[in-house]
Amino acid sequence: MSTIQEHARPAFALEPPLILGGHDFHSITEAVARPLETKPGRGWYACLGISVLLLSLLGIQTAWLFWEGIGIWGLNNPVGWGWAIVNFVFWVGIGHAGTLISAILFLFRQKWRTSINRSAEAMTLFAVACALVFPGIHVGRVWVAYWMFPVPNQMSMWPNFRSPLLWDVFAVSIYGTVSLLFWYVGLIPDLATIRDRCGATLRGKIYGALALGWRSSHRHWQHYERAYLLLAALATPLVLSVHSIVSMDFAVSQLPGWHTTIFPPYFVAGAIFSGFAMVLTLMVICRTVFGLENIITIRHFDNMAKIILLTGTMVGYAYGMEFFIAWYSGNPYEQFAFVNRAFGPYAWAYWTMITCNVISPQIFWIKKARTSVLVLFVLSIFVNVGMWFERFVIVASSLHRDFLPSSWDYYTPTMWDVAAFAGSFGLFFTLFCLFVRFLPIVAAAEVKGVLPQADPHYDETPRLERSGEPVGGGTH
Amino acid sequence: MPRMLPLVPSLPDSASGYGLLARYDGPGVLLHACEQVRDAGYRRWDAHTPYPVHGLDRAMGLSSSVLPWIVLVCGLGGAAAAFGLQTWVHERAYPLVISGKPFFAWPAFVPVTFEVGVLFGALAAVFGMLGLNRLPMHHHPLFRSDAFGRASDDGFFISIESWDPKFDLGRTAALLERSGAASVERIES
Repeated sequence: MSTIQEHARPAFALEPPLILGGHDFHSITEAVARPLETKPGRGWYACLGISVLLLSLLGIQTAWLFWEGIGIWGLNNPVGWGWAIVNFVFWVGIGHAGTLISAILFLFRQKWRTSINRSAEAMTLFAVACALVFPGIHVGRVWVAYWMFPVPNQMSMWPNFRSPLLWDVFAVSIYGTVSLLFWYVGLIPDLATIRDRCGATLRGKIYGALALGWRSSHRHWQHYERAYLLLAALATPLVLSVHSIVSMDFAVSQLPGWHTTIFPPYFVAGAIFSGFAMVLTLMVICRTVFGLENIITIRHFDNMAKIILLTGTMVGYAYGMEFFIAWYSGNPYEQFAFVNRAFGPYAWAYWTMITCNVISPQIFWIKKARTSVLVLFVLSIFVNVGMWFERFVIVASSLHRDFLPSSWDYYTPTMWDVAAFAGSFGLFFTLFCLFVRFLPIVAAAEVKGVLPQADPHYDETPRLERSGEPVGGGTH
Repeated sequence: MPRMLPLVPSLPDSASGYGLLARYDGPGVLLHACEQVRDAGYRRWDAHTPYPVHGLDRAMGLSSSVLPWIVLVCGLGGAAAAFGLQTWVHERAYPLVISGKPFFAWPAFVPVTFEVGVLFGALAAVFGMLGLNRLPMHHHPLFRSDAFGRASDDGFFISIESWDPKFDLGRTAALLERSGAASVERIES
């Protein structure tokens, strides 16, 4: 390790190393391939078992929902949009961090992203899959769910493209598709690595089929890198647009508490906030379980904690600004909606949200907290909880006291609401358990690219010092 | 625009097989070897590295990728198609007054236009990349080499194909050895 650092110092050690533990190219391959090539421990089977149980709960809930109708949920007359939409927005929000890490940090040349981008992208995909469950099942008459898409039909009927709900269908399904493409393109070189380690086995054939015959060719790398850059450039405005459009489901309506111009940026900040929290939760577990402490380092956590602090504070600003605008607008309905939100029947949910989202992340001003795995883990759970409550507060507190006091009501979930929500976690963790077992959870090719010795001029300086050979003149 | 090489090359000289594969110890020596192969005038050759090595584009004399233009055309085409579909639906196919909005409410068409443009652009980026790279191609003579498996792990390689006009088994092998190769092997076709 000391020689690497000495060599690296003149040109390549301008910043501290991203990967610790004296890794070279081969040891990274080994570290990344190990979880795929060893029998998983009992912990993995336990996680998978619990996840599949929860997933079957989602299945039972969905079957009963299709049979009986959405009346099995706690919906009532003013609150016609309950946990289904809350869970949808919650999962879509979580699904933002993956593409943010992959695309935006890539465009900003933030090389530390390479250790976490693969698993964050996988998390995005699985979160979007969970999100898509809810609009799919909450439409009431599921057998006509295809009406959401512009499918030519015998009724000559078309969807209403002027409605934010339709924008949402396009935004979320396209976001899911583009995230899948981005993730798969990133996986191709690593699938080839796994293929080359398998030999002529069935596993080798499966990974080989998925690797598309990748042969690490530089003529391929050239188009590949360009494709990756273009995908990042396309995904960046996409990720910002998706949660903006989700927020328009609310903001374009005329309900006090929803009809707010701050919603798009506020939702995007909240999405990044919750997504990073979920990445943190999963990464803390993964790096410990799979022994990746030198690849996913404390420095990565430190950076993520800073982003959580930033976006959490932005969300806090948005909460404050909503109140200010409610007062400043002079609109009594708007003012009532917000006073009712903080001090009405849902005050408990509102203050849970404020505590988890605004107050608790402030601990990340302290470096000790940003670098303590335990604090990070606990905080990430807090943020996950807080962000779910944010969506619940927006949906339930705005709806439950209608313009007519005679129709006021209080929304209480039924066991089926809870089953659907718990079940979506089952889906998420089932997919994640399968991912960590069967696919490389760290983008090995990219991590190799950020090692100091990956630079072709890395060993030139010492060679010059050693023998005075001319640079570029070859070794003949 | 780089000149596209023919998809099915003329049959190689059977004595030379597919060509030669040289292994190098690291990215630095590979980069300089690539410069030498480039300067010797070879055209049907390639470098194989576990991660994209920076500076190899120039060392190999590659011109820049055409992919951005493919993506631009497809992205704009997708956006235009989405805008056209929405206009057609609301003007012609199914003109329905909903919350008093005009039929041609173009600002309301912007989100879907944008999203579909991104979708087509992303599909073009991925399938354009695969097309330009002629992937998937699950069988290739290079996979016959036992050493070549390291290209996806920690190996750095140059392969020169025998149907390159400059190719000569003896002289090309000598060039590769001179350029600092740790080993050179012949690949059967």
